[in-house]
Order: sequence, then C-alpha cells, then structure tokens
Amino acid sequence: MAKLHITTSINGEATEFLCEPHETLLDVLRNDLQMTGTKEGCGSGDCGACSVTVDGRLTCACLVLGVEAAGREIGTIEGIGGSDKLSVIQEKFLEHAALQCGICTPGLVVSTQALLEQNPNPTEAEARYFLAGNLCRCTGYDKIIRAVLDAAATMRGAA
Amino acid sequence: MAVVDYNAPQSVQEAVALLSGSDIKTKVMAGGTDLIIQSKSQAVEPLRVVDLKHIAEMMSYSLDDGGLSLGPCMCCAEFTALHDVETLYPGLVEAAYLIGSTQVQGRASIGGNLCNSSPAADTIPALIAIGAKCRIVGAGGERTVAVEDFVTGVGRNCMQSGELLQRILVARPAPGSRDAYLRFIPRTEMDIAVAGAGISVTLDSQGVCTAARVAIGAVAQTALLVASAADALIGTQLDDASVAKAAAAASAAASPITDRRGTIEFRRHIVGVLVKRATLIAKERAQASL
Ligand SMILES: Cc1cc2nc3c(=O)[nH]c(=O)nc-3n(C[C@H](O)[C@H](O)[C@H](O)COP(=O)(O)OP(=O)(O)OC[C@H]3O[C@@H](n4cnc5c(N)ncnc54)[C@H](O)[C@@H]3O)c2cc1C
Ligand code: FES
Ligand code: FES
Repeated sequence: MAKLHITTSINGEATEFLCEPHETLLDVLRNDLQMTGTKEGCGSGDCGACSVTVDGRLTCACLVLGVEAAGREIGTIEGIGGSDKLSVIQEKFLEHAALQCGICTPGLVVSTQALLEQNPNPTEAEARYFLAGNLCRCTGYDKIIRAVLDAAATMRGAA
Repeated sequence: MAVVDYNAPQSVQEAVALLSGSDIKTKVMAGGTDLIIQSKSQAVEPLRVVDLKHIAEMMSYSLDDGGLSLGPCMCCAEFTALHDVETLYPGLVEAAYLIGSTQVQGRASIGGNLCNSSPAADTIPALIAIGAKCRIVGAGGERTVAVEDFVTGVGRNCMQSGELLQRILVARPAPGSRDAYLRFIPRTEMDIAVAGAGISVTLDSQGVCTAARVAIGAVAQTALLVASAADALIGTQLDDASVAKAAAAASAAASPITDRRGTIEFRRHIVGVLVKRATLIAKERAQASL
C-alpha cells in the first residue's frame, strides 16, 4: 500500500513522516517517529495513556489517524520539561510519589497540563472529573490528585 | 474494516461525490471515536474514509431566533463550552458532557453519536426531547427527518448509502420551556448508560405544563419517545402524582434487555426514576426561564 507523506508540527517543530492510512497517530509517534513517551494501554480510548494535544485540544492519540496530523499542531509529553529540567507538574508528581510503574504518567502529565491551562485553580472534584479518562492501576489516584493540586497552587504562585 | 484510503473534502458537495464514487466500502468520519475502533476490530474488510472535519459548515453552529443549527461534527469539548447554547438547551449540553472522558470529548461529536445509532447513545434521548431534526443530504438532494424517526435499530438509521447528516436543527425554546438529561451508570464517570432519560417541559405563567416530551434511552433497541409519559405531564403543575404517572408510563414503555450492566427489572425501574428526576430538573429550569 502506498504510504502517505504527512507534514505536521510536533511540539513546535516541523515534522514529516510517511504512514499508511490505517495507522493511528499513536502508531506513528511510537513506531515511525520513535517518540515512545506516549504510551499505549488499551488502543480504544479508555485509558488515556496515549494522551496528546491536537491543535491544543486534549485527545487520545489512539483515536486519531496519523494522516489527520497533516497541518495540525501536535503536543506530546516530549514537549513538556526536558532531560535536564522538569516542568512543575513533573516535579510535583515526583515529590508526591504520584507514580509507581509509570505507564500512566506521561498521559497524566499531558492531561494535567491541559487541565491547568484551562482551569488554573481546579477543585479536587474538577480535577478528578477532568482526569477521569486517565487510568492508573498502581497508585489509587490519591497521590496523583495531590500532585495535581499542588502543581496548580505552585503555578498560580509563580504566575 | 481496515482503512485503506483517506479523503478530506473541503465541501459537502465534494463529500457526497466521494460517497458514491467507489467500489470500496466508504464511511464518513467525524471524531472517529466509534469508527476508528470499529475499523480496528474488524480489520479484514477494506474501508475508505471520508473525513468531514475539513468542511467548515460541519464544524460550526449558529443560534438565532430560529433556534440552533449545529454542524454535526463539532466535538463535544467545543460544544459543551458554548454558553449561549447551554442557556437554552442545558439537557443537550449535559448529555454531550457525559460522553466518555475529556480526551474522548475532544474528538467525539453529537452527529457521530447520532449516526452511530447505539441504543445507549447519550445525546439521542436528549435530542428527541427537544424535538431535534436531522437534515440529510445526498446525491438526490436534501430531506429532513425527526431524530425519533432517524434511528431505526441497533446501529441502524434511515440514511441510505451515499447520504450524510449535514445539520442538526432545533427550534428555539420559548421562555418557560427547558430540557434536562440524566443517565444511570454504575460508576460516576466513563461508562455507558444503563438507562437514560431526556425531558423537555413548557410551563405557562401559572406554572401549568402546556407541552412536554419524554424520551428514554438504553431500554429498547432504539431511544423511544414516550407520548403516554408526556400526556401524564401536560395540563398539570408537574406535581408529584403527575410526575409519578409519567415515570410509570416510561417504565411500561421500556423493553430492555438483561446484560452485565443491569437486568430487565432494574432497567425498567431505574428509567422511571430517571424520568421523574429529569422532569423535576427541567421544571426548575423552565420556571427560572419565565
Ligand atoms: C472511551 C469511550 C467512551 C465513550 N463513552 C460514551 C458515552 O458515555 N456515551 C455515549 O453515548 N457514547 C460514548 N462513546 C461512543 C462515542 O464516543 C460516541 O458515540 C461519539 O459521539 C461518536 O462521535 P464521533 O464524532 O467520534 O463519530 P465517528 O466515530 O466519527 O462516527 C460514528 C459513526 O457515525 C457515522 N457518522 C459520523 N458523522 C456522520 C455524518 N455527519 N453523517 C453521516 N454519518 C456520520 C460514521 O460513519 C460512523 O459510522 C464512547 C467512546 C469511547 C471510545
Ligand atoms: S491507548 Fe489510547 S486511550 Fe488507551
Ligand atoms: S503508576 Fe502504574 S499505572 Fe499508574
């Protein structure tokens, strides 16, 4: 099958890739672009491990076709923090021990960033509802929510 | 279905032309939250996708004296943030807000929810309650169908091959007329309705109900418009006895199945409870709008 040539922007950088029409954005990121920070849990929209933003809107990369990235602005976990400098959200996840195996963490960090951009001062209930599509099998969520609310408070203080 | 071809037309005309131009099975895509999953699970049959999201009118809305004209592909995250729409159609907005997670709402559309035609689709009873209509377009021209007549069975609707849903149309509710939607799920988020109820009521200045529509979901092969339940409300002050009668009528109209989410008996009971509660919410909203 002829591959399609796609031009997009990922984390602000112009990017090109070849993909087949059936490949999801998650397949493209992980298999073609070797950007493995975005995780695959379910492949069906249920777990949120593959959370990315498309034109700033939070979504599951497993529910987007790779070809749909053409002309869009994609945001992934690789665009948050860096190997030498963590974002406030990432620091707070570490500080509160809000991860164990870590599979859910990139998705949660991407989703938390989207939450706090939209609502810098969420209540606990708002944070829990917003993040309900990010499943974690290890932590029981309590530490995640504490990290999210602490990150929100810290970011408000810094702003 | 394995996606073998992807098209992103810029106009409805172009999309309609693409729908009839191939021997390969062709489906339109809005958010893809149903379609992409379906394409993965039955990966043998080749599928040609026509993505409607590059067509401006499919993604936009207008709200004026004539009411709401909604591009069916607008994602729920965008739709639920439309405050002018929420003021007039709070029940439809709450149904859209219940679909999946924040991430799913970033893609899922009301048109896709309707065209996927699942018995448990949350926006369908909410659309029926407010008397929404579907404008369908195909090579043969346009036609308009009420939502309660649009869905014909589990995963089936009245669109012929080569047709697509172009617009969802809802009249503007008068002051004194408002809607509500409630569903029951065993969790608080991220689950499919065990039962759902969409209600709209119209009150006059004396608080008498002059019009009502009661729609129930997930308790039959399709969402049902229950005229007997509405009749129990019309002409009353929506007092407890009348609302209880409407709830009983809805329970009687339901023909649910037993599955791991709920038994026949439970669904029949709970749909009545939802009708009662949603009616009281719609009543309160209607009073506040007078
Ligand atoms: C994790 C998860 C949770 C979910 N939770 C819920 C829930 O709580 N409640 C609920 O009701 N649903 C739920 N869904 C199902 C789904 O998200 C909804 O049905 C959604 O509204 C579908 O919209 P879409 O734009 O993604 O449709 P698509 O997947 O793009 O399309 C669905 C179907 O409709 C057809 N179609 C789409 N647009 C048109 C058009 N304009 N004209 C003609 N045909 C069209 C497509 O060909 C396809 O057959 C969930 C899905 C996931 C993945
Ligand atoms: S892998 Fe996308 S939601 Fe689970
Ligand atoms: S830390 Fe293991 S799934 Fe969340």
